[in-house]
Order: sequence, then structure tokens, then C-alpha cells
Amino acid sequence: MSDELDNNKSYEAQSSEVMGGSSGVNPDIDYVRPAEIPDQELYHGHSFITKWVFCQDAKVIGVQYFLTAVFTGIVGLILSWLMRLQLGFPGLAGFMTAEHYYQFVTMHGMIMVVYFLTALFLGGFGNYLIPLMVGARDMVFPYVNMISFWMFFVAVAVLMASFFVPGGPTGAGWTLYPPQTILEGTPGAGMGILLMLISLSLFVIGFTMGGLNYLITVLQARTRGMTLMRMPLTVWGIFTATVLAMLAFPALLVSAIMMTLDKVLQTSFFMPTILKAGEVLEYGGGSPILFQHLFWFFGHPEVYIVALPAFGIVSDLISVHSRKNIFGYRMMVWAIVGIGALSFFVWAHHMYVSGMNPWFGFFFATTTLIIAVPTAMKVYNWILTLWRGNIRINTVMLWCLGFIVTFVNGGITGIFLGNVSVDVPLSDTYFVIAHFHMVMGIAPLMVIMGAVYHWFPLVAGKMLDEGLGKWHFWITFLGAYSIYFPMHYLGFIGVPRRYFEMYDSPYMTSAVGMNEFISLAAFIVGAAQFILIYNIIKTLKTGKKAGKNPWKANSLEWYTSTVPPEHGNFGDRLPVVHRWPYDFSVPGAKEDFIAQTTPPSEVIHTKVEKT
Amino acid sequence: MSDPKIEGLELKPGFKGMASDTASDQTMFKGVHWGKAMMWIFLLSDTFVFSCFLISYMKGRGSTPVEWPNPSEVFALDAFGVPVPLLLIAIMTFVLITSSGTMALAVKYGYEKNRKMCGWLIMATAIGGLTFVGMQAFEWSKLIHEGVRPWENPFGAAQFGSFFFMITGFHGTHVSIGVIFLFIYAYKVLAGHYENGGKKGWFTTMRGDYVEIEILGLYWHFVDLVWVFIFAFFYLW
Repeated sequence: MSDELDNNKSYEAQSSEVMGGSSGVNPDIDYVRPAEIPDQELYHGHSFITKWVFCQDAKVIGVQYFLTAVFTGIVGLILSWLMRLQLGFPGLAGFMTAEHYYQFVTMHGMIMVVYFLTALFLGGFGNYLIPLMVGARDMVFPYVNMISFWMFFVAVAVLMASFFVPGGPTGAGWTLYPPQTILEGTPGAGMGILLMLISLSLFVIGFTMGGLNYLITVLQARTRGMTLMRMPLTVWGIFTATVLAMLAFPALLVSAIMMTLDKVLQTSFFMPTILKAGEVLEYGGGSPILFQHLFWFFGHPEVYIVALPAFGIVSDLISVHSRKNIFGYRMMVWAIVGIGALSFFVWAHHMYVSGMNPWFGFFFATTTLIIAVPTAMKVYNWILTLWRGNIRINTVMLWCLGFIVTFVNGGITGIFLGNVSVDVPLSDTYFVIAHFHMVMGIAPLMVIMGAVYHWFPLVAGKMLDEGLGKWHFWITFLGAYSIYFPMHYLGFIGVPRRYFEMYDSPYMTSAVGMNEFISLAAFIVGAAQFILIYNIIKTLKTGKKAGKNPWKANSLEWYTSTVPPEHGNFGDRLPVVHRWPYDFSVPGAKEDFIAQTTPPSEVIHTKVEKT
Repeated sequence: MSDPKIEGLELKPGFKGMASDTASDQTMFKGVHWGKAMMWIFLLSDTFVFSCFLISYMKGRGSTPVEWPNPSEVFALDAFGVPVPLLLIAIMTFVLITSSGTMALAVKYGYEKNRKMCGWLIMATAIGGLTFVGMQAFEWSKLIHEGVRPWENPFGAAQFGSFFFMITGFHGTHVSIGVIFLFIYAYKVLAGHYENGGKKGWFTTMRGDYVEIEILGLYWHFVDLVWVFIFAFFYLW
């Protein structure tokens, strides 16, 4: 008994320390366990180089990742313009040969999936938001974090260098299927593919360093009171995606190493016996299907590495801008975790026509369809969050609504392609292109755009222009549908993907005009993205100050000591968390939002949920 | 946990308590050093790397039409004029497993703040690792001398050479990196970087702590464990 008494004493001392002495209320309800770890000491940069170039501040690293990824994204965008130019108006660009076209297809795919979307979500948003949202001063290993960015930078430099080597970049398709990838006759089968494989390996190594940081920061460096079930869904999304990346990238690394050896040392890991122009090549005995298994064991989780952060971010944006708590928070968390786990058991649905055992296909069709269940739960929850919310139709909300519609769209075509018997006639047609661009291209991109408009006031301290933002949204939204809706039809009439030109194939009669239309839409949508860049430059020069917490949000990143937050994020004392970040429009509360740091004793007469 | 007993805050028994403890604030693994947690997760990721290698090896060995060489003949070593199968590899494995033992002792003496014993045991571990790499280089040169190459070999399927050099090479790289770090840490321990609150590292504000020896030990034990699998798959199958 005396033990308990003692404990109670120390606990009361604790709680009054937390409370800062508010009188009249029982302080017990504000108790938060004392700090387990001493405050993190930070290495502050002193010169331009250590402050902005080789910087150890996760926020600067996040912006560095963001800008580098956007640079690769613009390269990918220009490549897509060139492809659409050829497809819509064959022969118009005189310099475009079939080899060039394949190289552009390959580089566009690889850049957009790996170097743009993955780096942007995990490297960009992950670095910037994780420490702020969980209430940490920085990532747990700032030095390793810095090296991570510079590895990524070198990987991008090597990738871009492949445009300038003899033979040009690889033109094997972004899936790099052997044996054709490294055989003569494929564009860039010399230096191009080698630089691609080196660049991918560097990316994996760099990402591993960053990923360890994100995981340990979330697991071991949260602030007092920040339980796992009080984390914003953005953090849950990025965290789970990082776990997937840590387990999926090894397969990419291994396949890159093995293919490099096949290329450089003439080993035959993936190379069967090949007859070329009547001559037997040196290769023999390898298995091309093995590469496909390894690649898609990476490739399918990769889809969710891009999608899960988008799911998380969009949940937060919808909740803030409809002034309502997220519907079914726990369900959302478990859906993210469940989708992540399931994503490791579906990879061979990319290989229905590869020649693997057909029974294998039915297993993977089943697991693929099971993923639709948690995904659909998330969509219902977003809609139920909006239901009877106090929705602000601003630019951020428009992007979120655009995301939901686009994601449902791409998800439904995914159910078509997940079934073996439907997939076989549709595989390698424009239907596939339309499906994955909708679901993992446009949909996550809409979330990125929404997130940029949402968090720009935090990063730069100024509000982006709403008028330009709405123009940007509507052109992109309507334009993206003009591009990808017709592609579903092209797929149904059997137009194969990756073809340089259709010449006068009989089924191209109705498709010629449609291809021209798609191309024109693609030019306009691509150009519309520069509205954002113009908006950012204009805002930085003349935009109005955002001040603290312009969206009246609850999560910790809006409660930093300064805007934009300085190195160390929270000034002298780390914040103490008492609730989840979704207490919006609580009946009885003075305002329509209650910050995560508000102690329960201050909102005792409201109907706030216990979290 | 030294939580005071407050109404509504006690840990519930069973699974519910475990779940709420796992999800509780600040840390998931209570009292675990950041670096140690990081090493465990890195090793999980590295496990996937080696798993991919070994599964590829099984698939490659299964799909090649040419016969696989007999490991007890290929890896035999002539001792006193008699070919003894798996002789060298037995010594290599013994050395590596022994170095795991010295590493574990080094961790123990580290936590006891016994600077000298800790440092010299890490040194012994490093020398064990170096011996292993040296014997592996010997085995590689012997095989290369007999005509085994990554792209072909005189005993049968070309994939034997490819997988052997790739996987043992990748593992050997892990061992070599470990050896380099073991020497660095042996120096750091003996120079007293972990004494009196610890010395600040280069370009960072983290202070040295003997827990780093345990983290290094985790890596070293992992490298040994992977070797056991490689040994089983290449030499015993």
C-alpha cells in the first residue's frame, strides 16, 4: 500500500508539471507519462554548405528530395509529351525513331514510378512531415538521413547520364524483362541498361538509409502522449509504405545485381539458350520467369508504396477541410496495414500471360480480389467523412475529391484485370495503360497536389493563390479524364501498348482521331502543371503571409514555435499530446477544432471522444 | 514499466494489455536504443536480400538442364594425398562461429565497462573474420585455378559457378565490411571513446556508448547465421 501512495505522489507532481497549474479542475485527467528518453541533441549547421547543401535537418532534406523528385518528374512529363506526339501524329517529329520511342517509354515509366512518386512521397513528405507530426526534433539519425538524400541524388545523376551515353538509355520497357533487355538489338542494351541497373541499386541503398530513419522515428521517437493510435493517418501511410519498401526493394536489388552479372560477365541467371540469326548465343540454362517473379515481388508492393502515403495524406486533408473527424480511424489504420501485408501475396497477377502455371494465376486472382475489401473500406470511410461535414470547397478539397473519384475509377478497372480470364485478352493493351495511370499515376498525383496546396503555408509561410489553384485543378482533372477514358476504349478494341506506330491496322479506323484527341489533351494537362510552378514563384514573391495554422488543423506540425519551423521544430519544450488529431466540430467546444496538445481539463464540458 | 497505478491506466492482462503497451506513447520497444532498433530492422531487410539470392539459387539449380556438380567432389581438399570432402569449409565455418562467440563475450565485457577485455575480444573477432575472408579467397582461387568461372565450369551446369561466386561474394562483402568496422570499433574501445560519458562522433552530436558494441555484434551474428544457410545450401545439398 505504501508503494502505491508513493507512486501517487510522484504522479501528482508529474501532472501538475504537465498542467502548468490550471485551478479548479482535477489535474489527474491530464496525466501523461514522463519522458522516456532525453531530448535529442542536434547538429546545427553553421555555413551555407552545412545549412542548405549537406544539411542534417529533415525538413531541408525533405525539400531537397521534393525538388529533385520534381525535376525527374518534369523529365518524365517531357518524355510523355514526346510519346504522345508520336502516337497522335506519327511522323510529325522527324527525329523520332522506333528506338527513341522505346527509350522514352522505358525512361518515362521508371522515372515516374521510382524516382518521382516513391522519392516524393517517402523522401519528400516523409522527411518533412514525420518528425513534425510525431513531435520529434528531427529524424533519429540525421547524418544517415543526409547521406540518404545524396545517394538518391547520385542515383538520379547516373540515371540522367544514361541519356548521354553511346546507344542512349535502355529501351526495354520499365519492367526490364530479360532476355531482350540485355541483348543487342534492344535500344540501350550497352551502357544504357548498365547505368539503369547501377542507378536502381544506388536508389535502393539510399532509400534503405532513409527508410530506417522513418521507421525508427515513428517507432521510437514519438513525443509524450503520442500513442500509435493517436498518429495522423499520414504518418501511418508513410510508415507502412516504408515497411513495404524495406521488404520489397531487396528483390529489386537482387534482380539488378543478377542482371548486371548477366550483362557484364555473361552469366545466365535469366538467360535461356538463345538462337539469334541461326547462331546459338553463349547464354543457356537460365530462367527469364525468375526475373519476372523477383521484379514483381518488388513491383507490386511498389504500387502500394506509392498508394499508401497517398491514402494517409488524403485522409488527413479530407478530415481537416470538411471539419469532421475521420470516419473509422481504427478501421483506416488496419486497412492500411492490411493492404500493406496483402500486397506481398499478389505479385504474379502481373504475370498471367508469362507462361507460368495457370493454377498459380487463380491463387493470385483470389488474393488480388481480397485486397479490394480493405481498399473499398477506405473509400467508404472517406465518403462518410465528407458526409454532412462542413466542407470547404477550396483547392485542397477539390484535389481530394478528384482523388476519390479517380481512385475508384482505377480500382474498378483493376478488378477487371485481376481476373485471369478477363485479363488475358486485355493484357498489353491500352486498357492496362489506362488502369494503372488512373490508379497509381493520376490518383496519387492529385494527392500530391492537394498536399502541396495544404502544406505550402507551413513550408514557406505563405498561402498559394486559390484562383490559380482552381484553374490548375480543373484543367488537370478534366484533362486527365480526357486522356485516360478514351484509352479504356482503345484497349477494348485491342490496340496494343508500347507500339511505336499502328500504321493502317484495320481496327485503327476509329482510334486515329481518338489518339489525336488524347495527345492534344496530354499536351494541355502537362502544360497546366506549370501553373503550379508559376503559382509557387508568384507566392514566394508576393503571396500573403499564412501565419500560424491557417487551416485550423489539429496535428502537431501546425503547432511549431515558428512558421516555417526552425531546426528542432518545437522550440524549448516538445509538445505533449492528449488526443488524436481529428477532434473537429466537437459539440460544446468553443472552436471547431481542438489541438492535439489541448489537455482534457480544458475541454471537460465538451463531447470529445476519448482517444 | 514504472508506471504509477492510476485508475484506468493499469495494463490489462493478456492480449489487450500487450496491444495497448505496444501502441503506448513515445516508444514501441521500451528502453531499446535507437541504433539497436535500426540494426534489427536493417537485418530484417538484409534477410530479404539473402532470401531472394537463395531462392533464386534454388530456382536456378532446378531449372538448368545440365547436371549440377557434386559438392563433395568440387569442394574437396587434398590432405596428405587423400581428398577430404568439405575440409576447408569445415574449418572456415568453425572459425566464423568461434568469432561469434568472441563477439558475444566482447558485448558482455562492454556492458561491464571492461575496456581492455572488450577491445581485445573485438580484435579477436576481427582477426577471425579476416581469417575467414582469407580462406574464402583461397577457395575462390582454387576453384578458379580448376577452371570454374561465373559463366562456365568444367564440372557441369554453368549456373553453379554463377551462383557460387555471386552469393559467397555478396556474403564475403558483408564479412569484409564487418571486419573493417570491427577493427575501427576495437580501436575506438581501446582508445576509450566509450568511457566517461562517451566521446562525440564525427559530424554528429551522438555520444559513444557501449551499446554500439552490441549493435555491431548483432550485425556480426547475422553474417554468421547467413553463412550457416549458405553452407547448407551450397555444400550439403
